[in-house]
Amino acid sequence: MTILSLHNVSKRFGALTVTDDVTFDVPRGQALGIIGPNGAGKSTLFNLITGNIRADAGRIDFLGRDVTRDPAMKRVQAGVGRSFQIPQPFEKLTVFENLATAASFGRRLPERAVTAACLDILEQTELMRRANTPAGQLSLLERKRLELARAMATGPQLLLLDEIAGGLTEGECQALVATIRAIHAQGTTIIWIEHVLHALNAVVERLLVLDFGRVIGIGEPAAIMASKEVREIYLGIEI
Amino acid sequence: MRYRVQTRTRAGHIAGFVALGLIALAIVLPVFAGRGLIQDMFFILTMLVLAQFWNLLAGYGGLVSVGQQAFVGMGAYAMFGAVILWGVDPIPAILAGGVAALLLAVPTAYFAFRLQGAYFAIGTWVIAEVTRLMVAQWKALGGGTGTSLPREATGDMWGVSAVQALFGLREAAARDVLAYWLALALAVATIGGIYWLLRNRLGLALSAVRDNTEAAKSVGVDAGRMKWFVFLIAAFGTGLCGALIFVQTARISPDAAFNVSQWTAYVIFIVVIGGIGTIEGPILGVLIFFALQSAFADYGSWYLFALGIIGIVVMLVAPRGLWGLFSDRTGIHLFPVQRRLVGRDISEGET
Repeated sequence: MTILSLHNVSKRFGALTVTDDVTFDVPRGQALGIIGPNGAGKSTLFNLITGNIRADAGRIDFLGRDVTRDPAMKRVQAGVGRSFQIPQPFEKLTVFENLATAASFGRRLPERAVTAACLDILEQTELMRRANTPAGQLSLLERKRLELARAMATGPQLLLLDEIAGGLTEGECQALVATIRAIHAQGTTIIWIEHVLHALNAVVERLLVLDFGRVIGIGEPAAIMASKEVREIYLGIEI
Repeated sequence: MRYRVQTRTRAGHIAGFVALGLIALAIVLPVFAGRGLIQDMFFILTMLVLAQFWNLLAGYGGLVSVGQQAFVGMGAYAMFGAVILWGVDPIPAILAGGVAALLLAVPTAYFAFRLQGAYFAIGTWVIAEVTRLMVAQWKALGGGTGTSLPREATGDMWGVSAVQALFGLREAAARDVLAYWLALALAVATIGGIYWLLRNRLGLALSAVRDNTEAAKSVGVDAGRMKWFVFLIAAFGTGLCGALIFVQTARISPDAAFNVSQWTAYVIFIVVIGGIGTIEGPILGVLIFFALQSAFADYGSWYLFALGIIGIVVMLVAPRGLWGLFSDRTGIHLFPVQRRLVGRDISEGET
């Protein structure tokens, strides 16, 4: 079953076409990686899927329903969770309160169920120790973990991760990959934008390549990485 | 269960008892206080209410309005209108002030919410000025020069004769006592209401919007609705407070009722030096403001000059206000709103 499908989605900022006639489907339970050079329109594509920006043309279906015109809030409640490329925590709220907000409003859990749901996620994302720390005081790794944890707390069926491994040390990255694999193993569909290719390849089953807002390849990761176009784009970048 | 959520703190407990004691003391204050002190307390309490609502707007909703005088003025004029045109008693007419401010807030929000940041601030100011100019055309309420509450309305005001008999006061002093009690009730209700709101799950949503609006939307918070909600609540409360202030003065003019420095600039000063985004901040701020005003108001423009400098210095040295500085150092919160997870494996965390 298809969880998400984009049909000829386009977005322009002035004269610049950042998303150009993008069409693809994501089957439920899949982990899809998105790669492409800086400025290829990866984050814009995410923002279109989450509703943080509106598409100029095309249609986006989530769980078989047209959500193209739905605001971000509605899509979260329908099951689209996201992390931000640059962590955007609620700085004065504690880690626990960050999750409680997501569980209360994104997943719309009743008050008494919120705590239990957050505890599981704190455990899984290794943030339990920091539960009462204001998010503004976290380290980079912890902020990345909080991005993941907060997205999880919205109860997503589709989880969008935007460069969550960027800027981490090798060890930190491996620990985060393990966490993401565990989340995926529980059945959550994942779309993951990432420059750290080995992290991506450890999780995803399918790869989409974006360049100048266009999809220039989608398929099995090894085949995609071997293709001539992708090699040209990534020339100079170690694969 | 191994874990539970707790918002209570020892400081909060103690503060609760002290607050109850202070409220009880404030209720019986007119028994032994002179008229001057009652008037000062009225001033402090009404400024505190305005500051709490501005703090709710700017500190929690991220809505930096410079046009709250629109709601003070609208509330005051609606109260006057109800008394003079419909013959309503001034005390229930205060409610009409709140409702009128609420009604004005709907179109104000509709237009001003299209603007962001500084543009929003200027937009609200412009709307307040337009409202002032329109009210100044209202001849039945004295037009540009203003008017007074009729003698018969203030003389027969609900409760005045009872207060007169109780304390053996003259009518004008009895009116001050009555206005003071109403201000006390409004201040307690305002602080209690805001505290309840922040401890409620709506408080989480408000704090999320304050910290990061885009992220708040992405976890399912209806940021637009939260902004409407706080704007309307703040307008209603500010309108009530404005009406009450002018019941006490019994005299109104557009320039006094829609005064940007009195009802917005001073209020911003109070919140900023006290500590924005906390309930304690405006309380501390209003006490400092009152002390400064009592000590230096005779120096005219030098006083305003000094207020400006103090405001700037506090913003530079303690961007979160004097209460923010104090609570960062000591970890003390008199109105704790933080939901702490208590259980094993959890460090107390920096609070």
